[in-house]
This record gives sequence, structure tokens and C-alpha cells, in this order.
Amino acid sequence: MAAELFFKSIEELGALLEAKQLSATELVRAMIARRQAVDGRVKAFNSSDDADALAQAAASDARRAAGQSRGPLEGIPVGLKDVIAVAGQPLTASSKMLANFVSPYDATVTVKLKNAGAIVWGRLNCDEFAMGSSTENSAFGPTANPWDLTRVPGGSSGGSAAALAAGEVSATLGSDTGGSIRQPAALCGVVGLKPTYGLVSRYGLAAFASSLDQIGPLTRTVTDTALMLGAIAGHDPHDSTSFKAEIPDYRAELQKRRGPWRLGIPKEYFGAGLDPAVAAAVEQAIAFYRAQGCTIKEVSLPHTQYCLDTYYIIATAEASSNLARYDGIRYGHRAKGAKDGVDLYAQSRAEGFGPEVKRRIILGTYVLSSGYYDAYYLRAQKVRTLIRQDFLKAYHEVDALLTPTSPMPAFKLGEKSDPLALYLCDIYTIGVNLAGLPALSLPCGFTPAGLPIGLQLIGQPFREADLLAMAHTYEQAHDWHTKHPSL
Amino acid sequence: MPAAPDLNLDHVAKLARLALTPAEKAQFASQLGDVLHHIEQLAKVDVTGIEPTAHAFPVVNVWAEDVAQPGLSVEAALRNAPAQRDNMILVPKVVE
Repeated sequence: MAAELFFKSIEELGALLEAKQLSATELVRAMIARRQAVDGRVKAFNSSDDADALAQAAASDARRAAGQSRGPLEGIPVGLKDVIAVAGQPLTASSKMLANFVSPYDATVTVKLKNAGAIVWGRLNCDEFAMGSSTENSAFGPTANPWDLTRVPGGSSGGSAAALAAGEVSATLGSDTGGSIRQPAALCGVVGLKPTYGLVSRYGLAAFASSLDQIGPLTRTVTDTALMLGAIAGHDPHDSTSFKAEIPDYRAELQKRRGPWRLGIPKEYFGAGLDPAVAAAVEQAIAFYRAQGCTIKEVSLPHTQYCLDTYYIIATAEASSNLARYDGIRYGHRAKGAKDGVDLYAQSRAEGFGPEVKRRIILGTYVLSSGYYDAYYLRAQKVRTLIRQDFLKAYHEVDALLTPTSPMPAFKLGEKSDPLALYLCDIYTIGVNLAGLPALSLPCGFTPAGLPIGLQLIGQPFREADLLAMAHTYEQAHDWHTKHPSL
Repeated sequence: MPAAPDLNLDHVAKLARLALTPAEKAQFASQLGDVLHHIEQLAKVDVTGIEPTAHAFPVVNVWAEDVAQPGLSVEAALRNAPAQRDNMILVPKVVE
């Protein structure tokens, strides 16, 4: 029984739970056993409170027995990236800075998942403060890609993608500032959605770059993403950037929206540096949509070449400001033996932060500093306007854009030691964050070496239902999502 | 935009309240030099008359009712404090 549970979707598990062929307690026990069996190799979990998960499972079983199921997520174990607050549980952001931090409150998404009956379980590894594209920047050490343990799972939500792909949990949440949900989803062969900026509350998310950060789900299927998004989306007075958008029944919409759609292929996303196997898989996906009657149109996003630079100015500037709160005073790591208050800040930060976080704080501080603000930060904000306009112009002609998620499949652990080389992993995902758009990565094939490939669908603001329907149409006709790594 | 990046690491590290070792300084100077060199191409973009974007979907004037809400207990608020005494956070002496 247990072996078949690991790779089941929320939808499949929900049916078993509803039919009383499975209890949440049995499911959580099976997941704990699975983690114990494989996580020594995958290393997706920073920590896990199994007793708490079993207590939540018992409560879920009691609700179901009393006829008070809270819906499709009732009894489903959901793992959270270790940047999302769960009251009474550690929140480390995979940093020494927060090694001993315990969240005093729940993030809004945590409350919403609990209210939906989900079992919130596990603190999943990531790049430190979500800064990276390989999960190698974690103070806990890297996570491995379940498809090839010598390779990275992507990042920064690498633990969220790897835990799911390895069958250690049934769905996860990640956060996406420049591709941190979609790129690891692509590299691990799962579905990952970055919602429109403002659709999901950021309250209780350890902030990296506030104008770009969004929380979103990683799941086995598009239907599961629809279920998870329905649970976590919605206006939150605790997040002043949260939007008052209408939240549809995303799963029901999957059946109603059948296309055909007008799909744009941005020519700038198919240039030099794109792995041939990735290009071939995406071409086949394009051919599939064409065969479905969709209109395929080449479009141009002329400022694409400036996305990376714009992103690294804006994201590091915001990070340098957000991470100023880690000063060794009220919480987090405090250095011993500092000379005075200011020295305490500098020493605590020196000891608490890893190299990539320090680099970004330095870069962000520099681009905001007197004499450089206009040349770097203000200019980047203006180019951001142009990047956003590119997308909005394209949407006059097409309903969505279709691109590779990542220019390359999973690379070897330690292969990319140069920061700039790692930043280039995000070239197809960062424009979406700058423009605030929703985008989804879904499995669209494997390389000859057996590594997963991701297809990215970029949608219009607050039209996740269309995006999910497009992805669902593809998924229904392919079986990539039914393949799993052997561990 | 400066023709050549003139990143004064000592100055910026001081602004960032971040103590760097000599090895970190040397490494960051080289790595961030590469990044800044890459970033220089933004100078080529014509941004005349373009408004800056701070948020993709700006929401302005978000008001909250001015009513007291339940907050953290003192114990919960201090739980993560590195040093505390008598319900207060201990810090190094600030005034001589």
C-alpha cells in the first residue's frame, strides 16, 4: 500500500481518503517512512516535526469521521519552503542567521492551508534567504536532484521541488522572486506556479525582494496546482500589496476553458545558450498546441536582454533593505565579543550570512548608495517599465506566451561556481517577476540522459484560470507527470 | 552611469553594516566587478520620459481601521531574542 502512495496526486489521495480506504494518519506515517528512507540522499528537508504532523493527521481523521471534511486538501501533507512561517516551528531561511529562530505566528498561506484541512509538515531546504538557482547556497548543505543525485534540483525552492519529486510529500509551497518556483519545478519534473503579484499574501514569508516575491504551489499535476492555488489565493489585510481579486474555483474552470488559445512564442527566448534537448522538447509542445487548433504566433519582447541586469539591481536593492533587519539585536544570530552596538551589527551579519547573501547585500547597498542611485536603481526601475510594457503589448495579440522554463536541464552540483553563470539560469523566468505576471512550469519531456525538461506558460495578470487550463490541456495528452525517479 | 564600476568595498560594507574579511573583499571585488560590468549595458537603453515601476500592480492608500488587535505576548515576542532580562532585550551599551 505505502509504496503506491508516494507519487499519488492530491486528487488521487483525496479520493482514497474520501472513500475511507486510507486515513490521513496512515498517509502521514507512510510519508514519514518515505522521508526516512530517501532523504539521507535527497536532503530536501531542513527539519520535520513528525509528532506534530501525526497530531494534525489525527485531527483531520476526526473531522472526516464527523462529516466535517474541509475540502479537497483535507488530510493531505503539504511541505513548506523554510522561508514560510509556521507558528511554533523553526524558520531558518536555510541561514545560520536564523538557525535557532522559531516562528511566533503563522504565515497567511499557512493559516489558509490549515483551514483547508491540509497537514502542514516539514521545513524544506532552499538557497539562503531564497537567493540562488541551485539550492547550493544553503547553510544546511545542498539538496540533490532525485532524478540524478549528482545534480542540483534547481533553486531557490530546490527542497520543495525535490521533496515532491522524491515522493516525500504530496504537494509543497515555494516562493518565486526570479524563477525560484518554476526553475526547480522544471529541473525536478513537477508543476510549479508563480501567481500574479498580489494574488497570494506574502505575510509570514521571509522577505527577499518585496516587489517581486510571490508564494506559489509545486505539485504533481495541474489539477493539484489548481486546488492548492484555490486554497492559498485571496486578499489579506496583513499584506498591503495584496490584491482584492475574485478567486474562481480553479479546478472547475479547468473543465470550462478549452481554448483554442492564441499563443505567442517570444523569439528572444530561443536564442544562444538554449540546450538543444530543451529546445526540441519545447518545439514539440508548440506543435502539440498547434495541432489542438491554437494559433501560434512569433512575438518580440525587445527588452528581454535587459531583464537580468534590471533584476539584479532591483532584487539586490530590495534585499539589502529587507535584510537590514538581521542585526543581531531582537532575534537571529548575535556575535559574541563585539566592541559596541555598530560592531555588533557588522559582526553578527558577517557570521550569520553566507557568501551569496553578502554579495547581494553589498551589490544592493551599492546601487542604492549616494551618487549611484539614479544611475543604477532608478534607471533599472525605468527599464522595468519597458520590460513590463513589452509583455502587455504582446498580450494585445496573444493570450499567453510559451517558452522554455530554464535554458538548461539540471546541472552538476558544484558545476557553476561563478555567480554570474548562476544568474544566467534565470534568464527565462525573471522577466515574469519584473512584470508581475503569472507563469507556470510543467513537465514537457526528458533529455537523452533522463533529466526532466520544463515548459513555461506565461499568462496575463490575474488570469491563472486560463493558464491552468492551457497547462491542463497539455498534461491530459502527455504522460510525463506519471514518470518518477527511482530512489 | 559610471564608465567603469568604482565599487569601494570598504565604504559599501560599512554602509551595509557588514564586516568583510580581506579574502571576501578580494573575491567580491572580482565577482561584483563582473556583475557590474554586465549591468553597464543598461546605460544603452533610452529611458527618456519613462516612468519608473516600483510595483507591477501598485496599490496605494491601503487603510486599516485604527483599532487594537491582539498581538504577541511579551514571552512570545522575546522568545527569539539573543539576550534578555526583565522582559527586555539586552544590547551592548550605546551611551558612554
